[in-house]
Amino acid sequence: MRIGLFIPCYMNELYPGASMATLEVLERQGLEVDYPLEQTCCGQPMANSGCTKNLKDLAQRFLRIFKDYDYIVGPSGSCVAMVRTHYAQFLDGEPGFDRLKERTFELCEFLHDVIQVETFDISFPHKVGLHNSCHGHRDLGLGTPSELHVPCTNKLENLLLKVDGLELVTVKRPDECCGFGGTFAVAEKEVSVVMGNDRIEDHLSAGAEVMTGADISCLMHIDGLARRQGKPLKVMHMAQILNGEVPHGTS
Amino acid sequence: MGHPEKAKEFTRDLDRTHWHDKALWFVREKRDRAIKAVPEWEQLREQAQKIKSHTMANLDLLLEQFETNAKAKGIQIHWAKDAEAHNRIVLQILQDREMTRLVKSKSMLTEECELNPFLEKNGIEVIDTDLGERIVQLRQEHPSHIVLPAIHLKKEDVSTTFQEHLQTEAGNNDPTYLTRAARTHLREKFLAAEAGLTGVNFGIAETGGVVVCTNEGNADLGSSLPTLHIASMGIEKMIPRLKDLAVFTRLLARSATGQPITSYTSHYHGPVEGGEMHIILVDNGRSEMLGDPLFRKALNCIRCGACINTCPVYRRSGGHSYGYIIPGPIGSTLGPGKDLAAHRTMPYACTLCGSCTNVCPAKVDLHQQLYYRRQQVVDAGLLDPPKERLLNLAGWLFKHPALLDFTGRLTRKVVPCLPRALLYNRFNPWGEERELPEMPKKSFKELYKEKKGGQS
Repeated sequence: MRIGLFIPCYMNELYPGASMATLEVLERQGLEVDYPLEQTCCGQPMANSGCTKNLKDLAQRFLRIFKDYDYIVGPSGSCVAMVRTHYAQFLDGEPGFDRLKERTFELCEFLHDVIQVETFDISFPHKVGLHNSCHGHRDLGLGTPSELHVPCTNKLENLLLKVDGLELVTVKRPDECCGFGGTFAVAEKEVSVVMGNDRIEDHLSAGAEVMTGADISCLMHIDGLARRQGKPLKVMHMAQILNGEVPHGTS
Repeated sequence: MGHPEKAKEFTRDLDRTHWHDKALWFVREKRDRAIKAVPEWEQLREQAQKIKSHTMANLDLLLEQFETNAKAKGIQIHWAKDAEAHNRIVLQILQDREMTRLVKSKSMLTEECELNPFLEKNGIEVIDTDLGERIVQLRQEHPSHIVLPAIHLKKEDVSTTFQEHLQTEAGNNDPTYLTRAARTHLREKFLAAEAGLTGVNFGIAETGGVVVCTNEGNADLGSSLPTLHIASMGIEKMIPRLKDLAVFTRLLARSATGQPITSYTSHYHGPVEGGEMHIILVDNGRSEMLGDPLFRKALNCIRCGACINTCPVYRRSGGHSYGYIIPGPIGSTLGPGKDLAAHRTMPYACTLCGSCTNVCPAKVDLHQQLYYRRQQVVDAGLLDPPKERLLNLAGWLFKHPALLDFTGRLTRKVVPCLPRALLYNRFNPWGEERELPEMPKKSFKELYKEKKGGQS
């Protein structure tokens, strides 16, 4: 089984640690993982702003680079959601697109559904708050959205519960948006900041030492707010916890 | 001013912002509890979606059936192609009967048509009788929510307003006292009214009647005390059969406020004895929306306001920040549908979190519509030009990996050397209240190459 590792553009530049943790978690499962060097960006930032000008090119690029892998795995719910839910507008009918769509997974989803990991053989003796980032949570179905009346499950929680010593805290609004939202974070800065601070308060009141999630863009926003205010909340990508790392910053 | 500027104003009072967020989250939680008591909730939503989609696909036939059946019950039917036509019809009906005093129950359609100022200009006294609507009317404001029109106001604000207009005691903020004062005031208006205008929640093609759902019973007084009842109805309010209604009444109040049903679900199938009943069927852009496959599902909306209550942006920016009569997710697709240029910031007042789509009882694909509305904004050349240039530049850069790597490397080298004042200033909105990520020495790609180089 050959995995094509899909690392979002900004993670490659700003979060090499979380990216490397993704690679290592997958390799530790005995998987053959390849990181295609010519990959850049899935196009999500432009798409979420409605700028479609370069999107067909970027989508076709993505398809060309990743189409021959057995699975494409990326540590970002929103980027994977871009491929699975929004590429159709540009790639519908292109040879290989249906296969690509079916085989592109968010990291935790892949570990949970495809590999069905039993144990990570690691410990993380800390109180952890899980931030269910919207695109992964609602568009990919990583967890059951609180709005729906269907049987509840959460793939991220299930994985975290396999980590020794990890205590998952209960926040009041487990799937409320953090207010990152791509360019929203800047265009609607004031609302974005209130939303982010509200998430921080919720997690801190629940006793979280570390906030984790499957989308580092949200965590970058939260971390930026927490560090500015000196809040005692560390932020880590799910991959870093599952990789057995100790609490640290996101880089 | 667009949404960002108005939202900035709103969030300036942080206590009030948090209060507003909590008030609406309370409603959202009440809704959650209510729907979890209905095991078949998700099936109901699916059924509602199917009924509405079927209705929209057959709207012409159903409207004609509705007209025939309504006429047979002695109801007079009027067709209004737009807001102006609607307003003229209402005025004509009143003027023909030399009536000058109208009481209204809640109708977002008449807000959409801006009926009140039109009638007032023509010498008609219009009194909104829904408590929340009356409060905003006295304050000369618009509703900030489609179900909870005065949700932006605290009881202290209501007290001040009533003190000024209804001569209540200064500083008496007791909700019961204030409600009683409003009740006395409104009772006089009801008794003096010559005509009553209501909105419509559902029009039933099979029976030719309409159904109005309220909690205050004001629609019932307004339509029963005067001899003339005018019901203003958007053409999308149609449902085919009486038995379809049950699906929607089960969904509506639970979604809206977490109640199992509204206090009053009133069926109107003809005029009061010796009186007249008129229904005005209003298009005002709805046919056009019906012709657009990307946005047609917005016509399935039953105006419960659940998407507004759950919207994390609405809760922290308030209804008036949207600049359209319907705020929140549903307003942000309807507003640009009406006037893209005027409402170009609405689709961006959203993080695409998708909570709206999940709470919607009629399964309107709200966050997807907002995603596509943004493309319309850009295609019409209405996005802020510097922002569009920047995004297109980024898009271009992403097609050139070597150049992208170079830009990344340069940023990571340069940023750590810069003095803080150069990084954190008014040109960096990210950094006004947030730290930038710490710049790593090497990118993942560089680390990966080293790792693989070491292996081979």
